[in-house]
Amino acid sequence: MAGMTDAHPALDGRALQRNPLQEPAWLRWSLIATCMAALASIVLLPLLVVGVEALRQGWHVYATAITDPDTRSAIRLTLLVAAISVAVNTTFGIAAAWAITKFRFPGKRLLLTLIDLPFSVSPVVSGLVFVLLFGAQGWLGPWLRAHGIHIIFATPGIVLATVFVTFPFVARELIPLMQQQGSDQEEAASSLGAHGWTVFRRVTLPNIRWALLYGVLLCSARAMGEFGAVSVVSGHIRGLTNTLPLQVEILYNEYSYTAAFAVATLLVLLALLTLVLKLWLEWRHGSALARRRVRH
Amino acid sequence: MSHAPTLPMPAHGVPAVRQAGPLPGLPLALGMTLVWLGLIVLLPLSALLLKAATLGAGGWMKVLRDPRVFAALELSFSTAFAAALFDTLIGALIAWVLVRYRFAGRAFFDALVDLPFALPTAVAGIALTALYSGNGWIGRWLTPHGIKIAYTPTGIAVALAFVGLPFCVRTVQPVLQTLGAEFEEAAASLGASRWTTLRRVLLPPLLPAMLTGFSLAFARGVGEYGSVIFIAGNIPRVSEIAPLLIVIKLEQYDYAGASAVATLMLGMSFVLLLLLNMLQKKLAHGRHD
Repeated sequence: MAGMTDAHPALDGRALQRNPLQEPAWLRWSLIATCMAALASIVLLPLLVVGVEALRQGWHVYATAITDPDTRSAIRLTLLVAAISVAVNTTFGIAAAWAITKFRFPGKRLLLTLIDLPFSVSPVVSGLVFVLLFGAQGWLGPWLRAHGIHIIFATPGIVLATVFVTFPFVARELIPLMQQQGSDQEEAASSLGAHGWTVFRRVTLPNIRWALLYGVLLCSARAMGEFGAVSVVSGHIRGLTNTLPLQVEILYNEYSYTAAFAVATLLVLLALLTLVLKLWLEWRHGSALARRRVRH
Repeated sequence: MSHAPTLPMPAHGVPAVRQAGPLPGLPLALGMTLVWLGLIVLLPLSALLLKAATLGAGGWMKVLRDPRVFAALELSFSTAFAAALFDTLIGALIAWVLVRYRFAGRAFFDALVDLPFALPTAVAGIALTALYSGNGWIGRWLTPHGIKIAYTPTGIAVALAFVGLPFCVRTVQPVLQTLGAEFEEAAASLGASRWTTLRRVLLPPLLPAMLTGFSLAFARGVGEYGSVIFIAGNIPRVSEIAPLLIVIKLEQYDYAGASAVATLMLGMSFVLLLLLNMLQKKLAHGRHD
């Protein structure tokens, strides 16, 4: 790690006597080394091990594993569930942000807390609540069975659980941004006679598009990677109700380690792609995003 | 990655700057919001509480006296606590290094911090197990010394430390960035040593942020499932976490029992987070007095 420069070039201590605002070089370097070693071993090693384990038995085994019919159907289901979840939560997020940031009404604070609620619920509980509603012995179970409707251990249950888990993602990117932007432009357009939808499409949407994309990105990444909630409602039926993360679990529990890691590399690539796009959005369009908060 | 100062979500309690104008769409937007929120979030969560209530006093006593339930909750909360504590300390240090020092690869390491957020938990779970099991990359160096990580409570804490780390870096980093050098300069010019400055000038404004990071990592850790179940070994009363016990009870069609454990877990987290929130407010206030 050569090429180090000081955080405050003007206060560079090398020429003067030691800068009282800067730790001595030996301490700085040990801190840097310790932290980066910690970060590498905590975060980077797990990533590397996935790749190495996946290719342990060569490219051929890897290719077989990721083109297996069950894996392909898992990819299809994962994409379908993510597409529905993103569509639903984007619609919801825009509606919620419009209502919360453009109008005054009592109970706003409570509403914001409730929107964030799914973030504080364990993924397993997020699946459990839908089993309680729609499961064989759930509140609506007998009625659903009588009408031949399958929700739990079928695609609708997986979609519901995923929508629940990713519920706040778009809304919490849009709300702070639209709050910061205020309503002046919309009101100007409206007073000039623009129709409600036109105001939204021509004024609001261009202002929030990057934040919207940011929210959609985080929402879809989580939707494709969700495990706990989906695992509870899926029933793990191969080729039918397995998403990619569940396929990883099944292969792993069958001791097909190489295949499990091979399928996992698809999710790793997805995570890396998400990170790169996220960084690009923050770097290129950072000013068009809501001010930084910790994101899940 | 640029980090502007952290602000709480502006809508929280801050009155709108100006009176909202005659914009259309309130009934549609608010109506959709409330209906979706009700159907997707509130109705299912109330089903949980209702189901837990059907147990009655006798059923609840049975659940509360079940040593397996007690052990699972104790394990989930204690490992989440240990992992969050570790993350808070190493996270603050990492944030410090990333904000204050310039070195080659800094941007890369900064980006790396977010990886646990982006990586699906099941992938993290099998990867960590591969690293820490007896013949894994890290495990093989520890086994000769009699240290076992995978399939023990330590393994659970390792997995939780992985998923919680970004919270603890990302809450402290923006606060460090906004802390100007002037206070440190003042302290140094008054003769304070670097260590005193760190303890008396830098630490007080950082503590509330560190506590927020701790709370987020802790809350996430208590409910975490995917990254834990592979490395935990899942031995009842030894390495069986509360979320797994919920899944097991569900698989046995014990809906009420599963709901009871879930309600206990949510209730305990809620109380602990409330306490942490109060402590955080007190710390944040203390420095303005």
